[in-house]
Amino acid sequence: MRLVLIFFIGALFGLGIVISGMGNPAKVVNFFDIAGTWDPSLIFVMSGALAVTFVGYRVLVPTQRPLFDTSFHLPVAKQIDRRLVLGATTFGVGWGIAGFCPGGALPVLGAFDAPVWVFTGALIAGILAARLLPGLLARRASI
Amino acid sequence: MMETEFTPWASLAGGAMIGLAAVLLMAVAGRVMGATGILAGALLPASREDGAWRWVMIAGMVTAPSLYLLATGSWPEITVPVSTPMLIVGGFLVGVGVTFGGGCTSGHGVCGIARLSVRSIVATGVFMVACVVTVYVIRHVVGV
Repeated sequence: MRLVLIFFIGALFGLGIVISGMGNPAKVVNFFDIAGTWDPSLIFVMSGALAVTFVGYRVLVPTQRPLFDTSFHLPVAKQIDRRLVLGATTFGVGWGIAGFCPGGALPVLGAFDAPVWVFTGALIAGILAARLLPGLLARRASI
Repeated sequence: MMETEFTPWASLAGGAMIGLAAVLLMAVAGRVMGATGILAGALLPASREDGAWRWVMIAGMVTAPSLYLLATGSWPEITVPVSTPMLIVGGFLVGVGVTFGGGCTSGHGVCGIARLSVRSIVATGVFMVACVVTVYVIRHVVGV
């Protein structure tokens, strides 16, 4: 039951991405192209998503626990450090170059358009490199 | 460069659906809905059970274009205004950046800001500005 619900939540998220235009890089890049062919639509995506999440999270807090788990798994990291700022900068640069962010790309994989798969392949390579390389290098250095 | 149609109502409705999905995922599984965390955790799961829900979530997401086709009779518009090398370089940088930055637009930008996490507010501000600067340089300085 939990997994069935999660499947439908994934579909809802994906439909939101598709309907809002977040899965269309032409629209996303135009949002950031303030000096050119600016398309402010993404302000409305963020506003709609934030308003619903902000209210919804506050309604959930008093319920103490989710339906299918013993507690909420909230991120605990609080630090604002060089790692966060450099990481976010790198993400922003990549987003501006490619026009896709991870949440925008994953649902539109289902449209079977080659560029989305190319982007997602490179995205996965980047995630794996960043996750695994530091560990491998540290292990090599310690031998 | 190509104009795209300003779609305030569709974008607001789509955004609200993204928000609703974030709230429901918290209500059902107690998880924040960050695309980065879901994908990274699916690729390198902490346990078999931890990987399972993430793959199911991604499977649900991927059905969206087909559902859109069923509802409207046409595939969603996906226009990629950049070259294949740019997709590859950009995609790799996004993967590295979201890993070190601990999240992307959905995780920091929606769920984190909704929790009033200062870390997420800073990250979102930084990646938005970096993206604006990058697009400016590519389109108006280099002129691709």
